[in-house]
Amino acid sequence: MKCDFCDQKATVFLTQLVEGQMKKVCLCDNCAKERGVTDPTGFSLADLLLGGLPGGPGTVPAGQPKAAPGNGKKCVTCGFTLDDLRRVRRFGCSDCYSTFSEEVAQMVRGMHKGTSHLGKVPEGLMAIQFRHQRIEELRSRLDQAIASESYEEAAGIRDEIRTLDEVKI
Amino acid sequence: MRFSTLIKHPADWMAGGPGEHGAVLTSRIRLARNLNRHPFPGWAKRDQRAAALDLMRPAIEALPAMKGAFSHELGDLTSVQKQVLVERHLISREHAARGDGSAAVIERRQTFSIMLNEEDHLRMQAIRPGLQLSAAFAALSELDTELENSLEFAFDPTLGYLTTCPTNLGTGLRASAMLHLPGLVLSDQIGQVLQAVNKIGLAVRGLYGEGTESLGNLYQISNQSTLGESEETIIRRLERVISQVANHEQNAREKLLQDDPEMVADKIGRAYGVLRFAHIIDSKEALNHLSLLRLGGTIGFFPPETVVLCDTLLMDIQPAHLQLHSGRKLSAEERDSIRAEIVRSRLLSLESPDIRIPANESNTSPDTSNPGDA
Repeated sequence: MKCDFCDQKATVFLTQLVEGQMKKVCLCDNCAKERGVTDPTGFSLADLLLGGLPGGPGTVPAGQPKAAPGNGKKCVTCGFTLDDLRRVRRFGCSDCYSTFSEEVAQMVRGMHKGTSHLGKVPEGLMAIQFRHQRIEELRSRLDQAIASESYEEAAGIRDEIRTLDEVKI
Repeated sequence: MRFSTLIKHPADWMAGGPGEHGAVLTSRIRLARNLNRHPFPGWAKRDQRAAALDLMRPAIEALPAMKGAFSHELGDLTSVQKQVLVERHLISREHAARGDGSAAVIERRQTFSIMLNEEDHLRMQAIRPGLQLSAAFAALSELDTELENSLEFAFDPTLGYLTTCPTNLGTGLRASAMLHLPGLVLSDQIGQVLQAVNKIGLAVRGLYGEGTESLGNLYQISNQSTLGESEETIIRRLERVISQVANHEQNAREKLLQDDPEMVADKIGRAYGVLRFAHIIDSKEALNHLSLLRLGGTIGFFPPETVVLCDTLLMDIQPAHLQLHSGRKLSAEERDSIRAEIVRSRLLSLESPDIRIPANESNTSPDTSNPGDA
């Protein structure tokens, strides 16, 4: 059997429940090591399958070359490229998180209990964080209001969101 | 502070903690933080790493809690010194592999330690004895808040604290406890318990040994998810689960004593015999016997202070500690005899186990019962 990531002979076989579904991955020695599969503490199959690896079996049909050429995305602050991200699965600096926001969203899905931060906020950023959370909350209420056809309420919520958004500028 | 001064005394958290019948040895909190717009250490060029270090180190040394702290670049430490810090859980194995451009700042009582330019710019840690994750977090969070006054951390409203590896995003929090679970191991329930813990998304691993093997019946339970829940939620869940595991352990010990006191007495007695009189002992054998001696200390076979004695020995018999103790490089054979020597000398005044097997109940296991037993 061949490795899901390259054409070498697979020697490591993994089965894990990911979001209630049985998932299997076959890896060769090198790919297993590179992806930390041999380290039982830090490994979740979900990382591999749910886009933890752009270019992994979850995103690219088997048999295609593993490192599809990058789309030229590059962090202006630190010079980190999409290819670097695919290679090390880590980031170059804090600004990489906005440069590669799509990849981040893909990687984070299924990796944690949620996708947005709850918890400590640096003191200086408290007001911004509070407004951010308030807007998120209003957006979900807006969706509900529209779904239940309470248009008057929806208009009110929309105005409130606008006011909060303007403060940012 | 010099290395020898730091290491001379056992850490505060090694001196034993409150309650939980000794099943929880220590609680640890780790927070990952990075400087805004500075390349992360793994990607930074040499001068950029140095610049980040020059920014962070004075800020950390200026913290009131870090007054008179041990603060050194890793390039200034010998490999044995770095290894001793790893064995004391003060720096990570990965950090020990680094040299110039990375540093460690360790509070004098070893309750806080901060790694600079590890995988993240800052990896801050607080250790407490027993099950005290909340207290450890509160203390470390205070230190973190103080640092915010002088350093600008990378933070995003949606993703929280930004880290080199996305597995640490959000809170940047890793909370863990070290547990001693000989009762669950001896009664064959350990697999079940660990599986249950795993199922609710917490990570469990043996503290020593490779893969699933755990030497000394020591296990570490920690959170995996760092994003989408507050620090309090993560810590509360961990504390609840750890207390439950500690309760299971206590029940298992009581049941073993009730069902098979002779087996327990035999194991602890043998461990005592070997540790008291062995002249050559490798670390695996020592860890496993010390684990039984520690168990004996918690169930009244030995005086209660035996528990702390064992915990201190667990640390002192590790390879780098042995080399530091003897002041020179040791071969594996030499280590085994020096290890045995240290163990013998520490246990010199420990009297043989006070084993009270109730006379009528010593043979109650089904295969040995006979009609004479009423």
